Amino acid sequence: MSEECVYIARSKAIAARALAGEMMVMNSSDSTFYTLNEVASIIFQAADGTTPLHRIVQERICEQFDIDPAEAQADAERFVSELSARGVLIISSEPVVSELQ
Amino acid sequence: MSLTAEVGQKALELGVAISVHMDVTYRCNERCVHCYLDHDDHGEMTTEEIKGVLDQLAEAGVFFLTFSGGEVFMRRDFLEIVEYARRLMFNVKIKTNGVMIHEKEASQLRELGIDSLQISVYSHRAEVHDAITKLPHSFERTISAIRFLHAQGLRVTMANVLMNGNFDDHAGVQQLAAELGVLYTLDPTITPMMDGNTDVLALRIPGEELPQLFRNSTLVANPEEFCALPVPVTDADLEGYSCSAGHSACYISPYGDVFPCVQFPLPTGNVREQKFLDIWNYSPQMTEVRSIKVKDLTTCSSCSHAGSCSRCPGLAYMEGNMRGPSTSDCEKSFYKTGVATANMLKHGLTKPRTSAPLVQIQAVQ
Repeated sequence: MSEECVYIARSKAIAARALAGEMMVMNSSDSTFYTLNEVASIIFQAADGTTPLHRIVQERICEQFDIDPAEAQADAERFVSELSARGVLIISSEPVVSELQ
Repeated sequence: MSLTAEVGQKALELGVAISVHMDVTYRCNERCVHCYLDHDDHGEMTTEEIKGVLDQLAEAGVFFLTFSGGEVFMRRDFLEIVEYARRLMFNVKIKTNGVMIHEKEASQLRELGIDSLQISVYSHRAEVHDAITKLPHSFERTISAIRFLHAQGLRVTMANVLMNGNFDDHAGVQQLAAELGVLYTLDPTITPMMDGNTDVLALRIPGEELPQLFRNSTLVANPEEFCALPVPVTDADLEGYSCSAGHSACYISPYGDVFPCVQFPLPTGNVREQKFLDIWNYSPQMTEVRSIKVKDLTTCSSCSHAGSCSRCPGLAYMEGNMRGPSTSDCEKSFYKTGVATANMLKHGLTKPRTSAPLVQIQAVQ
C-alpha cells in the first residue's frame, strides 16, 4: 500500500456511532458488528475519501498520540486493509466521494 | 455476552438512548382487525421537523433507529427521511406491510443501506390474510414486496401476529417464509386501541393455547430451556431492571410525543416543545421509570419468576401501576412453567387472568 496515494471512504452499508470513546460500527450487508478503539475511531471518522491516509495518520494520530510515525502508518494500513476486506471501508488510489458523509 | 449485548449494557449504564423507535405516521392503507391505532392524521411532524429530531437523536448517541407506523410508505417523504437518517449513519430498521413496495422502492432501500425490514404476514392463505387486513389483494402485494426486497439482498423478517382468526396458520406462514428465504418471528400480543376500546382483546389467543406455542421446537429454539422451572431469584436479579424502556430505549410518535416505549404510553415530553436530550435526561417521568428496580416492584419482587419473567413495565402501566405486575406476562410465565406467579397467589387464582383493563397511548397534555 503506497502511503502517497491511499484514500479511504466509508461504505454505504455502514452504520456508526460513538459511545464512550469507542465507535460502534455495523455492516448491514452481513450484520457484522464491531467496536473500534479510540485510534481506529479517529481513522474511521476521518475516512472522507479525499484526505490521504498518511495525512490522517500524521495530523490526527501522530499529533495526538506519542507514537512512532512509521509504526503508526503501518498499523493504520493494516487496519484499513482489514476493514476494507470486511466491506466497512473503501480503499482507492484516487480521491473518492464518501458514500456516507 | 455478545458484543451487541455488551454495547447495550454499556449504553444502559451510561444512560444513553442507544435505540429509538419512531412512528412516522399512524395513517395506514390496511385496517387490520387487531390494530390499536386510529388512522387519522392529527398533525404529524413535517419532513423538516423529523430531520431536526434525527439530528438531535444522532447527537444524543442513538444508533439503532426503527421506523414504523401506521404504514411508513403512506408518507410521500418516507424515503427522503430514510436517506437523511442514513446520512447520519443510523442503523435503520423498517416495519411495513410492504403493500406499496415495488421493485423500484426495494432497489432504493438497498441503495440506502438499511439494516433490515419486518413485514406483517398473518397467514399463508390469501383469504385469511386479507380478512385480517381488510385490504383486498394485500396478501399478494405483500408477498410480492418480500420477493422484491429479498432479490435485492435485503434482510426481511415475516412478523406473524397470532390471534383467534389465524392461530392454526403459523406453521404455514413459517413454511412460506422458508420458501421465500426470509426470517420468521411470531407475536401473540394483542393490545387495546388508542381510544381505550378493549374489544380487540377478544381476538387474543386463549392462555390455554400458549403452551403449545412455547413447547413447539419449530417456533422456540430450545423449548426445554424456554419452559424450564424458574431458578432461585438472586440479589443481582432484584437490583436489575425489567427492560430497556426509558433506560437505553424510547419511542417517538408521529406528533413528537416521547414515551419510554411504544408499549409504554407514559407521556414524558414532546420534541416540538423541548430538546430530545432535555426530555431524555430530565423528564420526571423518564427519571421515575429509570429509578424502578425489580426489588421495588409491588408484587413481582416476591415472585419466584422475578429472575426470568419477561415482565413488561408498559403493560403494567396500562393496567394502572408501572410497579405492578403485567397480567399477560404472568400468563406467559405460568403457561411456560406451570408455576403460579405471585400475582396469581395474591388473588387466590389457580389460572392467570386472561385480560386486564388497559389504557393505550394518549397525547401529552
